[in-house]
Amino acid sequence: MLLAAPELLVLVMACVVLCVDMYLREERRGIIHMLAMLTLVFAAIITLRQDAGIPSKEIETAFNGVFVRDYMGDLLKLFAYGTLALVFTYSKYFLRNNGLFRADFYTLSLFSLLGAMLLISGNSLIMVYLGLELTSLASYALVAFNRDSKDGSEAAMKYFVLGSMASGLLLYGMSMIYGATGTLALPAVAEALATTGTDNLLLVFGMVFLVVGIAFKLGVAPFHMWVPDVYQGAPLAATLFISTVPKLAAFAMAYRLLVSGMAPLHGDWLQMLAVLAVASIIVGNLAAIMQTNIRRMLAYSTISHMGFVLLGMLPGTGAGYGASLFYIIVYALMSAAAFGMLIMLSGKGHSVQDLDDLKGLNRHNGWLAAVMALVVFSMAGVPPLVGFFAKWLVIEAVLQAGLAWVAIVAVVFSVIGAYYYLRVVKIMYFDDAPSEVVHDGPVDFSAAISFNGLLMLALGLFSGGLIAVCVASFPA
Amino acid sequence: MLTSLSLAHYLTLGAILMCISMAGIFLNRKNVLILLMCIELQLLAVNMNFVAFSRYLDNLDGQVFVFFILTVAAAEAAIGLAILVVLFRNRRTINVAELDDLKG
Repeated sequence: MLLAAPELLVLVMACVVLCVDMYLREERRGIIHMLAMLTLVFAAIITLRQDAGIPSKEIETAFNGVFVRDYMGDLLKLFAYGTLALVFTYSKYFLRNNGLFRADFYTLSLFSLLGAMLLISGNSLIMVYLGLELTSLASYALVAFNRDSKDGSEAAMKYFVLGSMASGLLLYGMSMIYGATGTLALPAVAEALATTGTDNLLLVFGMVFLVVGIAFKLGVAPFHMWVPDVYQGAPLAATLFISTVPKLAAFAMAYRLLVSGMAPLHGDWLQMLAVLAVASIIVGNLAAIMQTNIRRMLAYSTISHMGFVLLGMLPGTGAGYGASLFYIIVYALMSAAAFGMLIMLSGKGHSVQDLDDLKGLNRHNGWLAAVMALVVFSMAGVPPLVGFFAKWLVIEAVLQAGLAWVAIVAVVFSVIGAYYYLRVVKIMYFDDAPSEVVHDGPVDFSAAISFNGLLMLALGLFSGGLIAVCVASFPA
Repeated sequence: MLTSLSLAHYLTLGAILMCISMAGIFLNRKNVLILLMCIELQLLAVNMNFVAFSRYLDNLDGQVFVFFILTVAAAEAAIGLAILVVLFRNRRTINVAELDDLKG
């Protein structure tokens, strides 16, 4: 079958959704939601079918080698469809409540997904850049898509300026890599580095710019300034989206550029990633403690999670990359659940901002509080939830690489970070609510969020399968 | 006396353009439009590098990349200006220093 079939499907359907919307009356808009969900289902079926007939380590390329299909890519794509399905389910409720239920959100999300898929499968500097830009441009528009929101437009502008600057820096690095190796294909870059050696100033300069660009896109300290502002200012549905699919893509970008393209320079980028990872674990956890706004708190917690993802890349082994892959997938699921919960609590015309909005959740709706507690405990890394195994795998890989000090910093700051996660639980269970608020979403919403929360527990109890798949995606 | 232009000259020009654009992004406190111009300038600096390397290496890949970058730059400018319009409608100002509602 055609290798890029899922990408083509998503491209066509993103356009179809946009066109169909013009002919729909207000009350029939649900069709758009169905179309978008069906797209994800069919894309998943195609990806699974492509995957089924091929041995796990097999790599196939298309379009003159700029597009690659491998096991890691398929896994990331499948989870991108899955989390996007959750995002659509949660967002539908938010969009309806805020009078934003139009095709814009679905089209932009699908285009962003398309960019993410191309980025995940990118095997050449051109493909990586185009995929990255498609993901980012659609995300900028998503942040601004509530046109009457003051905060939304400010967040969008900040996101746009910093994101574009990061893309520019990444490109500048790419131009230097091209100059040093004379090729744009990532495997050829690696080959050129292996034969001509890495003792080249141009190359090191290029690598520094690439790492800076990747750090911006992942949102790790000290390139994290945009993350809290965007998470706070964007419409909740956009925040939910940005914290899931683009993060999966950013991990793929880091892997493709640094490992597929520049594995011979591992000794050089290792040190930079170590500094970035440690800095973001420290900054993320300390800054999150001081937040009273729950979205900013989750943003800083994201920064520390991204630090852990980078940690897993330090050892340069299959087990390490597998740990990172597992972590980013788990993060996307946790984040979808957390922001989905905020959408559930927001209701009509109101948008949850403060931690205090969660007060007394247990009294109003015990089940929701329990699901939120599962998610928050998982983020904190409490066993037997899946967040614990994600952190544990990463730290194990780092220890095996002999980077004990990094592991110690990570563990100490995770423990410090547990404070602000536990504070959420305390507010939900032990503080009194100021007024009677009813938290009741539609049935499909409640079902999805319960499923998402219980997934944290289920993946934790039966974590072996997914971990094995993640580790097996990489050559040892 | 200028005898001939070498690769280093072009790379230096690219680096200077890059520095101007970065300085513009970080020093400018007045006008969001200037930020958009700086972002464009940054992409042009990259293009300069790619074309210079492409000529030096006698390899067309870099020039092909430049076409893609130019196209993406157009799309980026469109989205940036659209966000700028939304921003101005909501806030009645495009002063960078006044974009400070989101902090903490």
